[in-house]
This record gives sequence, structure tokens and C-alpha cells, in this order.
Amino acid sequence: MSTANDSHSVGIVTPRIARFEEPLPLACGRDLPAYELIYETYGELNAQRSNAILVCHALSGHHHAAGYHSADDKRPGWWDECIGPGKPIDTSHFYVVSVNNIGGCHGSTGPMSINPETGKPWGPDFPPLRARDWVHSQARLADYLGIDCWAAIVGGSLGGMQAMRWALEYPQRVRHCIVIAAAMKLSAQNLAFNEVARQAIVSDPKFAGGYYQEHNAVPSQGLALARMVGHITYLSDNAMANKFGRDLRSGTLEQGDQEQAEFQVQSYLRYQGSQFSSSFDANTYILMTRALDYFDLAREYGNDPVAAFKHASCSFLVISFSTDWRFSPERSREIVDALIAADRPVTYAEIEADEGHDAFLLPIPRYVDLFHAYMRRVGESS
Amino acid sequence: MRLDLTHIQRWIEPGTRVLDLGCGNGEFLELLREQRQVRGTGLEIDGDMITAAVSRGLNIVEQNMDQGLANFPDQSFDTVVMAHALQAVHFPDKVLDEMLRIGRQCIVTFPNFGHWRCRLHLGTRGRMPVSRFMPHMWYDTPNIHFCTVKDFEDLCALKGISILARDVVGNTERTPVLAGTWPNLFATTAIYHITR
Repeated sequence: MSTANDSHSVGIVTPRIARFEEPLPLACGRDLPAYELIYETYGELNAQRSNAILVCHALSGHHHAAGYHSADDKRPGWWDECIGPGKPIDTSHFYVVSVNNIGGCHGSTGPMSINPETGKPWGPDFPPLRARDWVHSQARLADYLGIDCWAAIVGGSLGGMQAMRWALEYPQRVRHCIVIAAAMKLSAQNLAFNEVARQAIVSDPKFAGGYYQEHNAVPSQGLALARMVGHITYLSDNAMANKFGRDLRSGTLEQGDQEQAEFQVQSYLRYQGSQFSSSFDANTYILMTRALDYFDLAREYGNDPVAAFKHASCSFLVISFSTDWRFSPERSREIVDALIAADRPVTYAEIEADEGHDAFLLPIPRYVDLFHAYMRRVGESS
Repeated sequence: MRLDLTHIQRWIEPGTRVLDLGCGNGEFLELLREQRQVRGTGLEIDGDMITAAVSRGLNIVEQNMDQGLANFPDQSFDTVVMAHALQAVHFPDKVLDEMLRIGRQCIVTFPNFGHWRCRLHLGTRGRMPVSRFMPHMWYDTPNIHFCTVKDFEDLCALKGISILARDVVGNTERTPVLAGTWPNLFATTAIYHITR
């Protein structure tokens, strides 16, 4: 297991907060009066300010992507496999910025923050957000950090969708766009899973229409259930078979045994659900899944992805995983085909991996090698 | 660098767009980028080759030609190259059609099965040739559609494909005259510059 002292770790990191007083016009038509972004940085910004990498997180992610918050921290940031000295996003060359999206629940302004107009938490009244709102809020962070142009914007899943939106909204501010296990829009099946997750949350009596904070309650049952559904979709059939099979955690399946047997997979899912519900906010989950649902890269470009990508001026790396059925390789190939037709530089790889959607977070050798090779090229041109 | 690849270069205009089907480790695209300043894209299916080509700073798309090239728009490249892959695809005729749809001009190279060594091997031993150029046994080979220089030119005639130029590589540097005069007998590798 890696530790903060590992030479490939960014070590102990401390999040910082940037506050923006100017109201942020949102896609929904409302303004966010003022907002804060919590972020971490790894590595050093070079004198030309040309080596900055923006990391965009996925649905349940946050700003803590690499390293440890203290020496006692048991687990590093969520993408520690890929960020650090000698890793694909090599912090001895790059200055990495990892930020929690607005609407999040880890320190950036979101439903748990106080609404200045009411003095109470925003809760369900927090404005609905689109990926473009995150992009615009982060462009101000780039200004604040003195970064005119990102060497690369990198994201997996929802983060990959956000990275593509960046490439269209600020073409002059992105040199490389790295889109991992993502899609230009969700499929009906994906929308359906998100709806089940939201229904699980809003059906929890403690949800109280989203005003649970005011009642000092947490709809943890609903949130746990939402996460359990999500978690199943992040794994492949094979991955679950390999990890749990039909192994029992307790009881037996002997005839005559009255005790209920419990499968390993049941206990694993319940554990994941309860862990998640103690660390994530239900309103944020609803907001983030809606942002995912609404995302459609090409909608405003006459529903033509080729026309959309003609607005981009960066190079693209697109990666998919063979057993990912939540964001399947077909969805990535649609991105690649549109980029080819738009005459944009693109590299694409479909990585053979058993782990489903979760593969994008795992150290799969071919994936890591390819990502590393591409990032060296990003480094050479920055 | 394989001889066929050095021969192809001169048919590629500087600064143009090149699609290399079965680009391997990207050696040729890299050469074209340096010598001809082309904007290249490579197609490859081998993961290690893709990583090697990406390490050269090339744009590579993982895609199996046998599953079609429909995602590439008509006439979207100046030149489409396929070096030593024609014999390994399932439908060489269909791939040729697609190449000519995507590219203004195409360059194809393939091992000539009509070479005298192949004929001698088959004629005297009665077995499929195995050589330095074609090192695979018949039951375990990526090469499933061998053809000769004459076969290829027949196919071009049948399909109305114009041959702009033909070049050949003999099995040693000393045999270009023989290979040029009797290509079907002396060319180890045939190189065609074609268009429609």
C-alpha cells in the first residue's frame, strides 16, 4: 500500500478555498450570488504558466484527487493511481489543479451552504446546474491562479463530459482534452438508473422534500440505496463474479437450516451504501445526477456533434473500457467519430478490462501506459 | 525502415492529410511528419503498438478495419496508406473501395505471392511458403488473403481503379532491374499508387 512518504505520492496536501464575489450567471437563468471553490494543487506552476492540468471529478467525486490530508490518512485521494511523481499526470512536470464542482458537498458552494438571502442552507432550492456552469465557475479559478491556457483538462465519466464542455466553451484555453469512460449524452438506460437513485432518496421519509438539514436529519437510507444501485452499474457482471461470486458471508444454504444466509455481495453493497451516505449530501446527489441527465454536448449545435467539435481547437485523447456498460465503448466511439469528421486530432483506445466503469480509476497496465505516453506528449508541448 | 515505406514517401505531398491503416508503431507516420510535415492519423488494433505510436506523439485510433471504415467521411484525407496489411484483412476488395472513398489517392503495399521463391517453395516442396518475409505457418497467420502482382492488377481493372504508379522491392538491393521488368516473378513487395 502506498503512503504519504512514497516517492510516487504527492504527499500531504492541504485544500484551499477561492472566493468569487461576482455573481455567476447560470444556464438555468438564475445567478449564483457569490461562490467558493475548494481545490487542491499538486506540483509547481512553471514560469510560462503553461504546465497546468485541470482534473474534473465524476458524479460522487471531489477536489481530493491525490495525496493525503494527514500522515494518519488511511486512503489517498481518489485518483492517486494516476497523479503523482512518475505517474501519468506527473507532478514533477505538471501543475495539477483539482477542484470540487459547485453544487458539491465537499467544501465548494452547494446545497449545504448558506443561502445569503435566507440565512438558511440552500437545500433543494440551490439552483439547478449544468456542466457549463462548472466550466464557467472554473474559468474564474483559472484566472485567479493565473492560468490562461490549460495544458490539458482531464476527466473520467461526468468529468470527461465536463472536459469536453470546456473544450467547446473556451477553445483557446485548452490544449489537450482527455475524455475517459464518458459520453456525449446519457442513454435512456442511464437516465433510468439515475431516476431510480433519485427516487430512492426522495422516498426516504427523512428527506423532507430536501429540507432535511433544517430538521437535523439525513436521508441516509435513501442515499445508501441510491449508491447501491449506482455501484452495481459501475461494475461488470464478471467483475462482481470475480470479486464475490456466490460466496456467503454468514449462514449456510444447507437444507434444514432456518437462518437466512447472507451473500458477500449483499454485505459489500450495504457497506458501500452506508459509507457513502455518511459522506455525501442527498441534495448534491440529486443535483449532480440531473446535471448528468441534462448534458447533451451537441444540443445547442443543432444536435450535430461534428458541428459542436468544430468549435474545439485542442487535441483529444478518448479512452473507453471493454466491459463498461454504463458508459460503453460505443459512446466513446461516437465522440471519436465526430472528432474525425470535424477534422480534430484524436487518439482513441478501447482498453480490455474486466472492471466495468470503475476501470477508469484502476491501475490497468495498458491504460496507465497509454495515458502516460499521451501525457508525456502534453508535457513536451507545454 | 522497411524499403516499401521509404519508396512511398515521394508520392505524398508535403503538408497534406494522411491516414495510415494498420500503422503499427507509427514509424512511417513519424517519418512522414518529419520529412513531409503531414497531418497524420493512424489506425491500429494492437494495444502495445498504439502506445508506442502515441509515444511518438502521433494521433492513433484503435479501430478494426474489418469492421468497416464508415466513420471516415468521403474524401477526408489526401492520401490513405495501407502498408503490408491488404493480405491480412477479411475483405481486401471492400477495404480498397473504402480507401478510395476516404482518400483522394491511395498507396497499397503487399507481399507478392508470385515471387519466384514462393513458387519454388510450393512447386518443389508442395508446401505453403514460410520465409523471413512470411514467417507464419498456414494455420496460424494473420495473412489470410495472399495475392500476386497480376492478381492485384486484375482486381484494379475489374473495379475501375486507376494505377498511377507501380513500384517494387526485390529481395536484395541488387535486383531492382529484374523486379522492375518481371515484377510478378521478382518483386517481394509490390507498391501501388492508385486512385479512382
